[in-house]
Amino acid sequence: MSSRRRFITTVVATCFAAARGGARAEVTYPAVTPRPLDFPRDHGSHPQFRTEWWYITGWLRDEAPSAGEAPRDLGVQVTFFRHRSGVAEDSTSQFAPRQLLFAHAAIADPALGRLRHDQRAAREGFGLAQASEADTDVVIGDWSLRRAGTTYVAQVEARDFAFALDFEPRAPLLAQGDAGSSRKGPHPGEASYYYSHPQLAALGSVTIDEKTHAVRGRAWLDHEWASEFLAPTARGWDWTGINFDDGAALMAFVIRDTAGRAYWAGGTWRDATGRVTTLRTEDVRFEPQREWRSPRTGIGYPVAMRVVAGELTVDLVPLFDDQELDSRASVGAIYWEGAVRALRGDRRVGQGYLELTGYGGRLRI
Amino acid sequence: MSAGALLWRAVSGGALAGQRGRVALAVGAIALGVALGFAVTLVNASAADELAAALRTVAGTADLQIRGPRNGFDENVYGRVARDPDVVTASPIVEVEARLEGHDEALRIYGIDAFRAAAVTPALIGIAPEPLDLLRPGRVFVSPAAARALAVAPGATIEVQSGLAALPLLVAGLLPAADAQRFGVMDIAAVQDAFARHGRLSRIDLRLRPGAPHASVAARLRAILPPGVTVATPAAHADDTVRLSRAYRVNLDALALVALFTGALLVYATQRLAVARRRASLALVRALGLTRRALVGYLVAEGALLGLVGAAFGLVAGYGMATIAVHALGGDLGAGYFRGVTPTLVVEVPVALAFVLLGVAVSVLASYLPAREEARTSLAAALKAGGRGSVVHAQRLPHVAWICVAAGVLATALPPVDDLPLAGFLAMALLLTGTLAALPWIAKTALAAVAVPRNVPAALAVTRLRATPAEAATSLAAIVAAVALMVAMAIMVASFRTSLTVWLDAVLPADVYLRAGAAGDSGYLSVDAQRRIAALPGVARVAFTRWQSVEVAPGSPRVTLLARDLADDDVARTLVLVAGPRPAAAEAPALWVSEAVADRTGWQPGDTVDLALGGGSYRFTVAGIFRDYARQHGALIVERRVYRRLTGDDVANEAAISLAPGDSAGTFAATLAQRMPEATRMAVTTPAALRALSLRIFDRTFAVTHALLAVAIAIGLAGLSSALAASIVSRRREFGALRHLGMTRRQIAAMLVVEGTVSSAVGLVTGFALGGALALILIHVVNRQSFHWSMDLAIPYALLATLAAALLAAAAATSLASARQALRHDAVSAVKDDW
Repeated sequence: MSSRRRFITTVVATCFAAARGGARAEVTYPAVTPRPLDFPRDHGSHPQFRTEWWYITGWLRDEAPSAGEAPRDLGVQVTFFRHRSGVAEDSTSQFAPRQLLFAHAAIADPALGRLRHDQRAAREGFGLAQASEADTDVVIGDWSLRRAGTTYVAQVEARDFAFALDFEPRAPLLAQGDAGSSRKGPHPGEASYYYSHPQLAALGSVTIDEKTHAVRGRAWLDHEWASEFLAPTARGWDWTGINFDDGAALMAFVIRDTAGRAYWAGGTWRDATGRVTTLRTEDVRFEPQREWRSPRTGIGYPVAMRVVAGELTVDLVPLFDDQELDSRASVGAIYWEGAVRALRGDRRVGQGYLELTGYGGRLRI
Repeated sequence: MSAGALLWRAVSGGALAGQRGRVALAVGAIALGVALGFAVTLVNASAADELAAALRTVAGTADLQIRGPRNGFDENVYGRVARDPDVVTASPIVEVEARLEGHDEALRIYGIDAFRAAAVTPALIGIAPEPLDLLRPGRVFVSPAAARALAVAPGATIEVQSGLAALPLLVAGLLPAADAQRFGVMDIAAVQDAFARHGRLSRIDLRLRPGAPHASVAARLRAILPPGVTVATPAAHADDTVRLSRAYRVNLDALALVALFTGALLVYATQRLAVARRRASLALVRALGLTRRALVGYLVAEGALLGLVGAAFGLVAGYGMATIAVHALGGDLGAGYFRGVTPTLVVEVPVALAFVLLGVAVSVLASYLPAREEARTSLAAALKAGGRGSVVHAQRLPHVAWICVAAGVLATALPPVDDLPLAGFLAMALLLTGTLAALPWIAKTALAAVAVPRNVPAALAVTRLRATPAEAATSLAAIVAAVALMVAMAIMVASFRTSLTVWLDAVLPADVYLRAGAAGDSGYLSVDAQRRIAALPGVARVAFTRWQSVEVAPGSPRVTLLARDLADDDVARTLVLVAGPRPAAAEAPALWVSEAVADRTGWQPGDTVDLALGGGSYRFTVAGIFRDYARQHGALIVERRVYRRLTGDDVANEAAISLAPGDSAGTFAATLAQRMPEATRMAVTTPAALRALSLRIFDRTFAVTHALLAVAIAIGLAGLSSALAASIVSRRREFGALRHLGMTRRQIAAMLVVEGTVSSAVGLVTGFALGGALALILIHVVNRQSFHWSMDLAIPYALLATLAAALLAAAAATSLASARQALRHDAVSAVKDDW
């Protein structure tokens, strides 16, 4: 592994490892206590908290495929992480590494059969890397995610792909958990502030192999911030966010302990009429249907899942199997994060993303 | 025994065996020249390699580097540069020379943004068991070489100086750098905080978009950089470092060539003697059918053998010298150019071969001349055992001599070539060659002026010398060359030392000197510390100095800027001006420039010049040119009041303190220690100590030179002895005749001693005169162009007189010894030799 990779891996891994409980804190991070979300302030960054992310996942379709080509589906994912390192808190240098920013982006292209992905990492400063507190506006060099009006605008220039996409909300924002405070474990401190923006209409362009495609699709945004949200015994989680074709939305997650037991779960179901059901641990189950084993890492992932969320049961099947993401060079973890179709019986009812972490050893996010 | 072997024995065998001492000396001289040249080249090539490796470590894969003056440039440049569309990665770096507590040594510390540096200089990313240590303040990662030198391992704490305080740093891990550089790495914010470098960067490494044209990107960036901040390729910055040491190196190489040249003269003398001794046997083999060409071939082969043996010894000795030199003195042979670099010697075979060839070539040439001379003598005369009979009466000045001398004189007026005093060396070589060519004429002219004494042996000696000036000249070549070089060096060193002493007296007018730290640039005197020092009891006056570095010409190495508190008469008192002073107008304040700067820029007193300082460009008047032996790269002096007004930088590095009458430096040091606890981090010295230190360094620098000259003199005397012996061998029949005529052996010996002494005296006078001329070239051309140091001529008369007497006595003794040895044969056999 190159020195660059080694550095980024180790620093970032440490940062995120610290986000689980029990790590030695050099500063006092605020705890997550239930409070109403406050917009647009809460669209922005919360630099006092240890960890924060803005996470967009979505399905895109080629608007005008080349002659003879069938329109193809692409999965897209872009995430900006902010991390308060806890060091250099009293430094007066403009370079003080108090706030570190990381970004990660991936394109799931069935034609390639695996993910293209890239990442950025920087300390905040000099306008080259920053996360605004006023509204969603996160920048690392030529990567950015910002809100213009109500539309999210994402720009990514990666090693072997690029995209410029607008995400326009077609449905109201969805506060997760208890009006935006989402418990992640049995202990009161294990929680995050968390809201989602399902049913985002995506429009823009994706450049792959120096060919630019006009694309359109549907996406999902998560914005979550916390200081210590995972129990020390957490090994990983399964998460999904599904945009239903009828306008409904489902978010569901389970957190597994080192024995592989799902000790905590949660979620939110908003039906087509807008009625919201908050799901508790006992309401949510992820039932593996099929395992795919990565030829690179040897890790097996349950890439097809049956999700039981209260009254609702959906089958999730991947756009293609190999959507394993080796982010050891940025967020320091190997996990599976893929575009999935949601089926009820044989009928497609929606599409979204499935995230499977902690299958190759202890999760480090 | 085969015919070939018989021939070889006849031609060579006995001769070499018969003069083992001289052969050894000749081989030794060749070895010395080869060794010196090889060692210098070896050390330098290895240092350059090391420097290149060091560059790869600290500059990584940067396409361009932005650099500023010593205390850096505005960090906001980073934000602007990083946004350039062709810049893929901009990696900001703050460099500090941090003095190590308890050492008079500094550790270079790079403050990096690991997120950026990871893409450009991976060797600067520490191997961190606890990765956040890469960002934590108070953590340092050290290179393996630094860990060894400081005897620290991860987990240990080192203390460095910041301002006047000690700063503990935990060694959090090692750096992956594999070369021999000693340095440490910290987070950039931590360095800015710890060493009060807020808002400043030392450099920015840039990786450009693949295919981006470096030159046009550099030009575009230049437009947005503040004055005094430069952008260039990392290699260009490294070249500056190598260039600085080049003149020093070339001078050492010239010394090596001198050694080889003296060696060649000795081989020549030895071979001439050998040929003279073997004249009869050589003539015999010629009579037996050996062609002239083959004879020359054999003699030359013999010389080649001597050269080969000498060169082989030289390579071994040179490697040894280089090994000792790099360990004792470092990669620049003590000149202080490559700090923190201890090269590992790498022998390049072609270089080694080149030196062997050089050794063999001079030896072959030195053998060819007597061999050709011998082959040309008539066989019949040669068979008569030593009948030379070539008494030349009319000795005219050869054209080549005066042409060489005239060309040499003209060459002294030439400018340096590529910053090297090549014309100066050429002039010296031409004068030497011209003088050696003119030697027969000089000898004839000089001897004609000597009255023939009444004493018979003396009269015979003088008469004989007058009759054979060419032979006298040949015997003198080595001694003339050696004496001339010795005298030249002696005069140059004396002039330098005298000028240095005068300069030291002028530039050290205060009673006590105080530096914020004994090494590095991490120590400084804050405004508060300055105020407290000035208020100490016993302090009559303090002049503070701030060091900076500025660029005086685009692309040339930076020079030191001294911002100094100057009272009205200080300039006249403390600067040794070689030009000026000129008054300066208020809108363009006075700037004094050292000779090196004046040479490089062509600035003259009265010129107005623009200088980039503290991010702005300001106009100054060149008020004068001063002599500066301390900073070879060049120095500028401005008034600190002006500097503070322009830059806002009000800390100082150094204080010159004048004490109240009756107070001593000792009392002051005691007061300082008592009133300012941080004084333990200051270096307090007296002018006497500084003076002594400077002169000690000076003497040490020239110790090697003196040793080499002593060897040159020994070689010169050996050459004289060989020449005398050769002459005596070829004159056996003459001695036989003189014995028959009633002269005693003692009288013949006396005659030979007078001959040797008188001709040596001629050689000495010539050597001294030539040496004086060469000294002038060394002082006014070679040193001036190599190091930009002017000096006043000072002739060490007493030393030269002593040397002259000692050499004359040595020449007389050598003649006596040669005469005694040669006259062991009795008169009968001496006469039989001839008839």
